Amino acid sequence: MKKSYQSLEDNSTNNMIQVIYRHLASKIPYLGLVILLTFSTSLTAQEGDPVKGKTLFNTNCASCHNLDRKMTGPALRNVETRLEEEHGLDRNWLNKWIRNSAGMVKSGDAYANQIFNEYNGTAMTAFPQLSDQDISDILAYTAQEKVEPPTPTVGPNEGGNGSSGDGSTNKLILGALALLFALLAVSLILVRRTLNRFADEKGIEAVKKDKGLPIWKAFVQNQFLVLVTVIFFLLASAYFVYGYLSQIGVDQGYEPVQPIHYSHRIHAGENGIDCKYCHSSARVSKHSGIPSLNICMNCHKSIYQVAEETQQEGINEYGVDYNAEIQKLYKAVGWDEAEQKYTGVTEPVKWIRIHNLPDFAYFNHSQHVEVAGVQCQTCHGPVEEMEVMYQHAPLTMGWCINCHRETNVKVDGNEYYTKIHEELSKKYGVDQLTAAQMGGLECGKCHY
Amino acid sequence: MSSNKKYWKSVEELKDNSSIVETLKQNEFVNEIPTDEFLGDKKTLESSSTTRRDFLKYVGFSTAAASLAACEGPVIKSIPYIVQPESIIPGVANYYATTIANGFDFASVLVKTREGRPIKIENNDLAKTHNGANARVNASVLGLYDSLRVKGPMKGESAITWETFDAETNQKLTDLKNAGKQIVLLTQTYASPSTSRLISEFKSKYGNVRHVNYDAVSESAALDAFEGNYGTRGLASYDFSKAMTIVSVGADFLGDWQGGGFDSGYAQGRVPKNGKMSRHIQFESNMSLSGANADKRVPLTPTQQKQVLAKLYSLVVGGSVSTELPEHINKAVQNAASELKKAGSNGVLVTGIQDVNAQTVALSINERLNSKAFDPSTPILTRQGNNNAVTKLVADMKAGRVGGIIMSGVNPMYTLPNASEFAEGLEKTELSVSFSMKADETALNTDYIAAAPHYLESWGDVEIKKGHFSLMQPTIRPLFDTRQFQQALLMWIGSDATYREYIKSGWSGGSFNKALQDGVYVSGTFSSAPNGSSTTTTETSTQLKDKKDRTFLGGVIHDVAVGVGIKDEDKDEFVTTTSSSTSTTGGSNSTAGVAAISAGSAARNLASSAKSEGMELSLYTKTGMGDGQDANNPWLQEFPDPITRTSWDNYLTVSAADAKSLGLENNHVATGALDGSYADVTVNGTTVKNVPVIIQPGQAKGSVGLSFGYGRTAGLKEEMMTGVNAYPLYQDFNTTQNVSIKKAVGMHEFACVQLQNTLMGRGDIIKETTLEIFNTKDRNVWNKVPTVSLNHEEVEVTSPEVDLWDEFDRSIGHHFNLSIDLNSCTGCGACVIACHAENNVPVVGKEEIRRSRDMHWLRIDRYYSSEDTFAEDDTKKEEFSGLWGDKGSLGGFGELENPADNPQVAFQPVMCQHCNHAPCETVCPVAATSHGRQGQNHMAYNRCVGTRYCANNCPYKVRRFNWFLYNKNDEFDYHMNDDLGRMVLNPDVTVRSRGVMEKCSMCIQMTQKTILDAKRDGRAIKDGEFQTACSAACSSGAMVFGDINDKDSKVAKLKEDDRMYHLLESVGTKPNVQYHTKVRNITEA
Repeated sequence: MKKSYQSLEDNSTNNMIQVIYRHLASKIPYLGLVILLTFSTSLTAQEGDPVKGKTLFNTNCASCHNLDRKMTGPALRNVETRLEEEHGLDRNWLNKWIRNSAGMVKSGDAYANQIFNEYNGTAMTAFPQLSDQDISDILAYTAQEKVEPPTPTVGPNEGGNGSSGDGSTNKLILGALALLFALLAVSLILVRRTLNRFADEKGIEAVKKDKGLPIWKAFVQNQFLVLVTVIFFLLASAYFVYGYLSQIGVDQGYEPVQPIHYSHRIHAGENGIDCKYCHSSARVSKHSGIPSLNICMNCHKSIYQVAEETQQEGINEYGVDYNAEIQKLYKAVGWDEAEQKYTGVTEPVKWIRIHNLPDFAYFNHSQHVEVAGVQCQTCHGPVEEMEVMYQHAPLTMGWCINCHRETNVKVDGNEYYTKIHEELSKKYGVDQLTAAQMGGLECGKCHY
Repeated sequence: MSSNKKYWKSVEELKDNSSIVETLKQNEFVNEIPTDEFLGDKKTLESSSTTRRDFLKYVGFSTAAASLAACEGPVIKSIPYIVQPESIIPGVANYYATTIANGFDFASVLVKTREGRPIKIENNDLAKTHNGANARVNASVLGLYDSLRVKGPMKGESAITWETFDAETNQKLTDLKNAGKQIVLLTQTYASPSTSRLISEFKSKYGNVRHVNYDAVSESAALDAFEGNYGTRGLASYDFSKAMTIVSVGADFLGDWQGGGFDSGYAQGRVPKNGKMSRHIQFESNMSLSGANADKRVPLTPTQQKQVLAKLYSLVVGGSVSTELPEHINKAVQNAASELKKAGSNGVLVTGIQDVNAQTVALSINERLNSKAFDPSTPILTRQGNNNAVTKLVADMKAGRVGGIIMSGVNPMYTLPNASEFAEGLEKTELSVSFSMKADETALNTDYIAAAPHYLESWGDVEIKKGHFSLMQPTIRPLFDTRQFQQALLMWIGSDATYREYIKSGWSGGSFNKALQDGVYVSGTFSSAPNGSSTTTTETSTQLKDKKDRTFLGGVIHDVAVGVGIKDEDKDEFVTTTSSSTSTTGGSNSTAGVAAISAGSAARNLASSAKSEGMELSLYTKTGMGDGQDANNPWLQEFPDPITRTSWDNYLTVSAADAKSLGLENNHVATGALDGSYADVTVNGTTVKNVPVIIQPGQAKGSVGLSFGYGRTAGLKEEMMTGVNAYPLYQDFNTTQNVSIKKAVGMHEFACVQLQNTLMGRGDIIKETTLEIFNTKDRNVWNKVPTVSLNHEEVEVTSPEVDLWDEFDRSIGHHFNLSIDLNSCTGCGACVIACHAENNVPVVGKEEIRRSRDMHWLRIDRYYSSEDTFAEDDTKKEEFSGLWGDKGSLGGFGELENPADNPQVAFQPVMCQHCNHAPCETVCPVAATSHGRQGQNHMAYNRCVGTRYCANNCPYKVRRFNWFLYNKNDEFDYHMNDDLGRMVLNPDVTVRSRGVMEKCSMCIQMTQKTILDAKRDGRAIKDGEFQTACSAACSSGAMVFGDINDKDSKVAKLKEDDRMYHLLESVGTKPNVQYHTKVRNITEA
């Protein structure tokens, strides 16, 4: 389906508001250009350019400040007017503060100290590289009126319009065809009746045929046919019963609704976060581990909402309010957004486990991930494309065994394998040993 | 003839014309059923929308829906941490060093925890100096998950909060103090410097405080003797690895004698090296583990033991005593004395007689011998109890002289012989508090039950031996609202500190964290107790140093031969070092200073005091139960006693001759189970009724034995209320008593796991030889590989020519072997429990055991000889000729079935032998059991359909069948039936279901883990990394596990050893478990 962008804002800068710093590297030339331009143009320009200011704000300030909410630092909407009205501080004070806040705190400036203490004694990073023009750009941006995000107007039915049109044409054709057939049938009946009338008038008697055996009686009397049919039915039902039985307990495609709608597509796909960043125990443990919530908070402390368009995309395509899902995380981990601190009131998230191996099968992630170097996707499928996680592989024993038969053991640079590889490859006369040849098909390797 | 009986249901019916009966006849129900009320209300009926048809529809629908829903798989929830602790990774085990010190068992251990749950106890390799984890210590982890633990402080029957407890007890203690009444602290032996310090502070705050150490099974006599001679209240430590001649008079030093833990040293000397091994002579009444392992065992009554000891003294040290010993014993004593004298400093004598004289004599004999194994300079401090103090306390309590009593780690209402007097005294106290994990016999009689934590939830420090410290740290957050005794003491003395801080503040032995991590610290000193007498002494100690400058603390030597100076090039030198240490005598311990008794007069007293008439009773502790505090532990209840092989019971052990004269019987019933008579046992007017009787080969005539630890009545599940309580017979804290025995009515049903007592001359099961033959003859003489006939020629059964099967190439990769040395195996059973814990082996209960349905993957078979020795059995069997007559096999085999009066005993741990040509594998119709390249015989439970063909075809009978579902089944209400108890399960091992076969897997989960760790690190595996639960638990070194394809490994070398043989080799199964021929040192020097 085509993505529909409802947002009024610029696409390129707004993929995700808060993770701009990840694109820092790519932005540096751009930033340089901006600074160069700033210096090349008139220095007298005190009226800032809010568009430039926005870029600068996102590059420099956004990791700690937001326009409308308190984060690591205070909210900055209308900071200039606010300071002037409430504390009588002018642009100069602001310039000094931005370029060297620590110095001002040290020098004993009253308001500087007040802010410093209010934010737990965290000094603001100094930005000596920002010119007056930059600062006025930024302040111009902060002085902008708040734009209410347009309420989504797209109904869930909207997507269905096109196809409903298709459906109606189909019905039309079908209706026409039905009419045609009806006409044909009627005309046939009429023709027959006319012919019969002719025959009656001419006095021709239709020869009564001797009524033979009805077909079902003939069938029942033919024992061979009955036998073949019975065998056929038995075989067919056996086939289906076998098929039914062998899928019991195989939950391929299992896609439960999770307590928090977590999108692997966004995290692993769009943001390209390594699987093992969150599932770190897959390296050392038999369990891949469901990440504890403090791992989530490593990023989500500053990512409190998704970008507009992502939000819209979620609502339109998946019916999910991503920002509300982030709020669920905050509730579970006990994060007070306003105060920017943990309340200590937590409630564990009861995820629904998707990949359930039976207890009698032993599986070790670290063996596969770390030793064998198997990609997570080999078993878990295209996780980076999954909006909702589902079970990709059947997780049956046949599936395991197959892979063990086909996959070569990664022996390079692993001293453990040196001797056994040499001996075994000689024994089997191959260069590359499969997991099966290494003993990966033995019952006791997985069942104990 | 019809009966005119009238059946009546109530007395009313007997009366004529009773109105009630009349009314009832008319009306079936006493009250009218309000049908009219319901049906008559038309309005309700009409307004109700649910018709009968609707109702039936709903029922039908919900039934269908429920059955449909049942077809779906369950939804499994996964709940991650909110904040994951850095050290915990789900799926990876963490190990913590801690110490068990429950008053009976003291050991430094490692605790394996998974996801924060302790699941297994292992030996702490850094604590080489003392005490490996025995069976009880291994099982102690299950005590943590005991569903009957007290979950919070209680006042009488009602639960209270700790705040209430604090307020009320503080008030009462202050009242008592102000009234000048005495407060008594009655505790187990803590051997803890910090606890001593705390108690001193408690004393100085509350003034009139008495601290009484109480050991349920007292070593008071030995302590008194040692204190009299050396000034410290402790027990001499012995290192049997340094002894070449060991004489024990009534001391079961491989069991729980003086705290136990001597078996690893003993076992080292038992392995013949360079033609030498130690010689062990045991004089005893009951058949004990030590007696079973002895080279020469002399059964004799406790009275005779005293005489023997006196006689030994006169022969070794000098002086004369008059004894009336039978000739054969006299001769044995003289031989023992001459052997001891000949051994000189390589000899050692120990005694278990609870008599100060006897203990003094033993000390002085060792002094005279200048025994290397005897070390009075680092006394063992794990027993501190004082009989006189306890006796005085009970008297004082009865007289009302005790105002308040605070108990911790003790259960006097169960363990005191005069428990009723104690109860009487308890009622006269104004305050009684019991720190207890259970609502046990004592706790139920106190005002307050202070819920105490398990040792795995506690802090602590223990000075096991002088200068050898062990630290205790929690390995899990307290499961319940508990508080340890020391923390309460801190509260009472008005300190805010936690006990951990308190311990740390007193620590002066280097880095506290390092010591905590290691679990042990040697030669550290704690700051002295404020009012204890602190003396700095300079001691001269001899430490064994070898040329590589390794100092073996506690004197562990690798090669006994080196110790006795056989190999000159490695000869060790004795370095005299001067070390300074501060010894702390807590004020609590110095009761009435014990005066030293002269050893000569002690010997004379001993000889003269030894008078007895009638039967004598020796009370002892069982390897599986100890003093009885773990009676609610199903692993220990089901643990078969190493000697009698009986679980779920204690019993009177009687010699065959005495049983005959008393009319006591043992029968095997049709199921093969054992039944025994009941007897009433009376000591000084105290009778214990209905004690089941087992006829014990080797029990000295005129003596009987009975173990402590059973017959508990409170704080345990009904299933565990087994056996009889022997403590009422433990009068004056003396383990030997004059006793009268009377047969009682009825037969007791035992749960005995070994039906066949003797080896029946089948010398190829346990191969044995003597040291002399071992040294002089070729291997083929004493360890011959069995032969079979091939083309009328005798061919060794190991030869491929006579093999039914083709051999697989097992030279690539790992090939695991387990080696079991029958010489160093003492039969202690630590491996059995370790296996239980590691492999989720279920407990099946007494009834099932009686049906031979025990589930132990590892059993320790115990065999008796029918003649005096196994060799004579073999000869007798060889010489059978014909069916009838003197040498006829018909009668002969019958005779062989009966063990001798003083048989030789052999232990043999048997688990799945992991045969390379396994008979079980060929008969499995579904290929559920198969062989791996690494030598392990695999068992795929999910594939097993339960035909049990494999068990029938197994020559070793090591396969176990799940006759029932043993988990989550109310019929088997042991630990696997409650959520708490299931926390001990090992998550890496499948919990088996009903109808499948199971058996030893050679701990494949452990070998696989070792391999995986190595793969991940990209390194080769070193020898010693591969372990099984049993080999890791074996502190005597009898079990060695490893990879025989690693030619440098210990186990590969053991495989080439001359003593190596396989069990039932003639069957041709090619097992991967090796046994090592038992060598006995029967040469009388």
